[in-house]
Amino acid sequence: MDIILQKISEYLQKGDEEKVFELTKQAIGHNFDTKEILDNGLIAGMNIIGEQFKKHEIFLPDVLMAAKAMYAGMDQLKPLLIKDGIQGMGKIVLGTVHGDLHDIGKNLVGIMLKGAGFEVIDLGRDVPAEKFVDTALNEQVKVIGLSALLTTTMSVMKEVISILKVKDTTNSIKTIVGGAPLSKDYAKEIGADAYAYDSANAVESVKELIGVN
Amino acid sequence: MRPKLKFLTDELIQKIINEAIEILCKIGIEINNQNVLSLLSGKGVRIKKSRAYFTEDIIQKALKTAPNSFSLYDVNGNEANDLSGYNINFTPGSAALHILDYNTQEIRNPTTKDYINFAKIVNQLKYIASQSTAFIPSDVNEKISDSYRLFLSLLYCKKPVITGAFRIESFEVMKNMQIAVRSSGKTLKEKPLTVFSCCPTSPFKWSDVTSQNLIDCAKYSIPIEFISMPLSGFIAPVTLVGTLIQHTAETLSGIVISQLANPGTPILYGGSPAIFDIRYETTPMGAVETMMIDCAYNEIGKYLGLPTQAYISLSDAKQLDAQAGLESSMGATLAALSGINMIAGPGMLDFESCQSLEKLVLDNEICGMTLRMVKGIEPKEDFPAIPLLQELLKEKHLLISKHTRTHLKLEHFFPGQVINRANRPRWIEEGSTSLKERAHNEVEKLITSYEPTKISKEIQKELIQLMETEARRYGQEKLPDRDLSHCV
Repeated sequence: MDIILQKISEYLQKGDEEKVFELTKQAIGHNFDTKEILDNGLIAGMNIIGEQFKKHEIFLPDVLMAAKAMYAGMDQLKPLLIKDGIQGMGKIVLGTVHGDLHDIGKNLVGIMLKGAGFEVIDLGRDVPAEKFVDTALNEQVKVIGLSALLTTTMSVMKEVISILKVKDTTNSIKTIVGGAPLSKDYAKEIGADAYAYDSANAVESVKELIGVN
Repeated sequence: MRPKLKFLTDELIQKIINEAIEILCKIGIEINNQNVLSLLSGKGVRIKKSRAYFTEDIIQKALKTAPNSFSLYDVNGNEANDLSGYNINFTPGSAALHILDYNTQEIRNPTTKDYINFAKIVNQLKYIASQSTAFIPSDVNEKISDSYRLFLSLLYCKKPVITGAFRIESFEVMKNMQIAVRSSGKTLKEKPLTVFSCCPTSPFKWSDVTSQNLIDCAKYSIPIEFISMPLSGFIAPVTLVGTLIQHTAETLSGIVISQLANPGTPILYGGSPAIFDIRYETTPMGAVETMMIDCAYNEIGKYLGLPTQAYISLSDAKQLDAQAGLESSMGATLAALSGINMIAGPGMLDFESCQSLEKLVLDNEICGMTLRMVKGIEPKEDFPAIPLLQELLKEKHLLISKHTRTHLKLEHFFPGQVINRANRPRWIEEGSTSLKERAHNEVEKLITSYEPTKISKEIQKELIQLMETEARRYGQEKLPDRDLSHCV
């Protein structure tokens, strides 16, 4: 692997936004293959961060700093990826369901997913059920992520999934749910494809859902 | 502010000390060792048969020459334990007769292999400041069972050693091992490597062995911890103050002997008193009153300007259960708040008679938490608060704020894998482990991840030679097999 990509990965792990921005720019200037910069530089760095986080060697702030550095690189790569017709990790629509104003957990999941290279469409909080499904279909997303903190709003998730089943005729969009009152069993009960117990787990589960490592 | 706990008023402390001094002057103390009696007599102490009667003047002089603080240094000569002020240092409970086998959960006699595993683990435990000769290997001649522990400790773990001799004859080789590590008696004096426990016998007695050990240590300026063990309601008054008076008198007698033998000998004002549970005829170390006596005599030691020690933060449970956790953490918390300088207990179960490697790794986390606790609550870049709170409102979280990154690891203590803080789904996904299973895994991990200390090949050779010679003196031609892959 080229030294410059190695450096992108290293500075990304240190959470050095400016350096990653600078090095990605250099790599593009040196006519590196866009996909190579993405895979061997940015995503390679994030994968190491993910592993270290899982082993408790680093903490959430370190991951978030690295994620921020990842955006700095991605912002420059994005137009090139589109131009070259390269598929990134994919799109995800995310939101806290209708009736629920708690979005801290959902925001965290958003940061982590973006950090892992996904394109995140964050619909915010108190999002009506139809809006999730319509956005997902219009934007051709791979996954819908639903969040709720209240036991009273959990049921809205079921509603979203029911609507999706009707409208998504090709059955190609997956759903993942999360939030303090939820459980794996509840997710299964309402027909969600996956459940995540925290933000790092959400990234793993989404990757599993769409079949990437 | 460092949080501090107090049980006694200065007025009560002074009253206890006055009473203890009067006991030493009027009742005196029985000493069953001719060398010590001659030494005391030569220094003007009145001796009648085998009883020594001190004067207030002699006691006060001894208290003046005993150092206010000292440090212990590891085998490489680096400072490892600062025994001053309210500093706290944890050390494993020592001299257990048994070990709770971490594989079979059987309580049995420990062997060389157990001892090496123990030393390997202690070497890596972050919140355990020194090692102790924690149990007695049963696979060597019992006449070398004390020196053999120190030998293994020095070979496998870099931390200073809390130890002691069971026999008068053992002192010589145990002293020589220390000189081998330090290269000379002078360096050993400058950088103490061990503390020797010297125990008076309640009530008001010194045995031949322990009093001889005491003056032998003093001769080489090897630090001594006095372990007086009055038992409330049995061989001491049932009241806590009464027990404290007896403990003070017994401890002062040791201080006087050490300072008359060699003024300036470093000492720890220690002990292992306990209440006596008349229902079971046992001496519970996990009893709250035992812990209160410990904290209180530590206050007396501090009042006298001396560094302190106690056997606290251990448990009477027979296995690694909730009782083990609650008694140990209660003791560690009280000891830390009291500022006991050397806190001995981690790993120990069953009235100081059984060590457990699994409990040791759990206790390491308890020590870590209490070490955090005594750092207290201090303002750090907290005033004015508005700029940071404005950042919070803008960013919606402070997870990657510079303020968080600067202070996170200092403000929050992160325990290791033994303590589980995962949410339930994650805990389930990671195997729904019990504390016992996590502690077991940690023990296995630490035994595997051990790396040899930096002790030189020459010193290793010298230690082996000293130990083999000592073993041969008692007819043991060969020492048990050790994993000597890193040794000569």
